[in-house]
Amino acid sequence: MAGSGLLLSAGCSKAEDQNLQTAAGDKSMPPVKEIRGTAYGEGLEPNPIEDIMTYNNFYEFGLDKSDPARYADGFTPRPWSVTIDGEAEITGRFDYEDIVAPHTVEERVYRLRCVEAWSMVVPWNGIPLADILKRFKPTSNAKYVAFETVVRPEEMPGQRRGVLDFPYLEGLTIDEAMHPLTILATGLYGIDLPNQNGAPLRLVVPWKYGFKSIKSIVRISFTEQEPPTTWSDAAPSEYGFYANVNPEVDHPRWSQAKERLIGTGLFAAKQPTLMFNGYAEQVASLYTGLDLANNF
Amino acid sequence: MPTLQQIRLIWKPIVFLICLAPLVWLLLNVFMVGSLRLGPNPVEDIQDTMGIWALRFIMVTLAITPLRHLTGKAWLLRFRRMLGLFAFAYVALHFLNYLALDQTFDLTGIIEDITERPFITVGFCALLMLIPLAITSTNGWRRKLGVRWQKLHRMVYVIGIFACWHFYWQVKKDITEPLIYVCILVALLGMRLWRRYGGTAGHAEASAPGRGEMVKRTEGPDEAPVKR
Repeated sequence: MAGSGLLLSAGCSKAEDQNLQTAAGDKSMPPVKEIRGTAYGEGLEPNPIEDIMTYNNFYEFGLDKSDPARYADGFTPRPWSVTIDGEAEITGRFDYEDIVAPHTVEERVYRLRCVEAWSMVVPWNGIPLADILKRFKPTSNAKYVAFETVVRPEEMPGQRRGVLDFPYLEGLTIDEAMHPLTILATGLYGIDLPNQNGAPLRLVVPWKYGFKSIKSIVRISFTEQEPPTTWSDAAPSEYGFYANVNPEVDHPRWSQAKERLIGTGLFAAKQPTLMFNGYAEQVASLYTGLDLANNF
Repeated sequence: MPTLQQIRLIWKPIVFLICLAPLVWLLLNVFMVGSLRLGPNPVEDIQDTMGIWALRFIMVTLAITPLRHLTGKAWLLRFRRMLGLFAFAYVALHFLNYLALDQTFDLTGIIEDITERPFITVGFCALLMLIPLAITSTNGWRRKLGVRWQKLHRMVYVIGIFACWHFYWQVKKDITEPLIYVCILVALLGMRLWRRYGGTAGHAEASAPGRGEMVKRTEGPDEAPVKR
C-alpha cells in the first residue's frame, strides 16, 4: 500500500531512528507502537524534520519562529491529562494513556498551510478525532467542540507576556471535528510529538489555516454555542472561526492566493494556494451554501 | 575635532565598512560560510533583515542633525550622506528581494500588492521618495539646487513616517518593535520642531553655532560649513 508508514518506505534504519529521536531531544522514550500507514499524502514530499522542528508559530514559547525550538527543552509533556467536559454523557479528567491507548495510531501525511502564506508537508502520526470523541458519547446538544491549550508560564516564556490571551482557545463544528480528515496528533515521523510541535497531543485540521490546529491540548469541551477562538478574538477582522484555506478570500493585509512552500530554497517561486488546502474533495460538502467570504 | 582629511581618509572608510556589516553578515549566511545559515524560510529572512536595517539607517540618518546640534560637532554632518545612501541601498535590496525572490517577477502579483495592500503601498511610496534624494545626494546637485535642495531633502521626514507605518502595518500581532521605532522617530522629528518653534529665542533662526562657526541653513551633505 502506498505510503505504508514512512518508517518502512523510507527504509529508515535504526541509525536514522536514533537521529530522529536525537532531533526530538528525547532521552528515554517508550517504544513506539505500530503505526498504521494510510494513503493520505500520496505524492506529497514531507518536509525534512529539521524544517518541521525549527520553524514554528507557537507564541506560548515566544514570537520568533525559532523560539519554540529554543525553549522546547524546558517543557515537560508527561505526565499529561485532558479534561473532557460539556454536552457529553462521559466527562472527566483522563490521562494521556487513557486517551490514546485504545486506538491505533495512523500515519497522516498532510499539507499544513499557515495563514501567513507559507506551508509545509508534515507526516503526522495521529488518531482520527472522531474515534476518540465518540467514546465520550456527545449528546445532541453538542454542536461544537472547543479546545484549550495548557498554561504554564514557568515552562513557556511566551506566556509571561500578553501578546495573545492565554490559554489559547480553538474550536470546530461537530461535523468538522468528526470528519475523517481531522486527527488528534500524537507524533510525527514515527516519534512522539516534539515539544515545539505541540506535545503531547495536538489537533490537525489540514483544510484550515494552521492556527486552528491547536497544540498541547488540556481540555476538550462539547458545546452548544460557537466557542471563542483566540486569533479571532485578537483580530476579528483578520481571523475568523472557520479559517478555511481559500485563495479567493484574502487576509485584509496580504494576499492568500499563493504560498511559500518551506524548504524549496531561495529561488523557488511561490505555489498557488489550493482551495481547502487541496482537500476540497473531502470537505467542500461541509460548507455548501455557506458564504465563505463572509464566514472566513 | 577630526580634520577634513582625517575624515575623508580614515573615518569615512571605517564608517562605510561598518555600514556594510549587516549586508556582509547576511551574505555569509546566504552562502553558508562556516556554520552560518539562513532559516527554513530564507527569502523571508533576507526580506526582514534588509527591511529592519533600512529602517535603522533611516533613523540614524535622521539622528545626525539633532546630534550635531546637541553636541555642536559640525563634522557629524559629513557622514549624513553616506548613511542616507546606505538607507537607500538597504531599501533597494529589500525591494529587489521582494521583486526577485519573493514574487519571482510576477508583475501582476506585484502590482496587485502595491495597489491593494496598504502596508506595501506606503512602503513603495517611501522607496519612490528615496530615489530623487539618492540622485540629488551629490555635491553637484546640491550646488545646482541651492535652497531647493534643502526643501527636497526634507522629504526624508515623510520617508521616516512611511517606513515606520509600513513596519507597523506589516507585523502580525506584536507591535512592540514598530512602536519603538515610532518613538524614536517622534523624538527625532520632535527635536526639529522644538528647535524651530519652541525653545529659547535665538534658536529659531540659523542652525546652532558650533564652535563659533556661522553656518548657512542650507549646508550640504558633505561640504564644509560656509563661513560668513
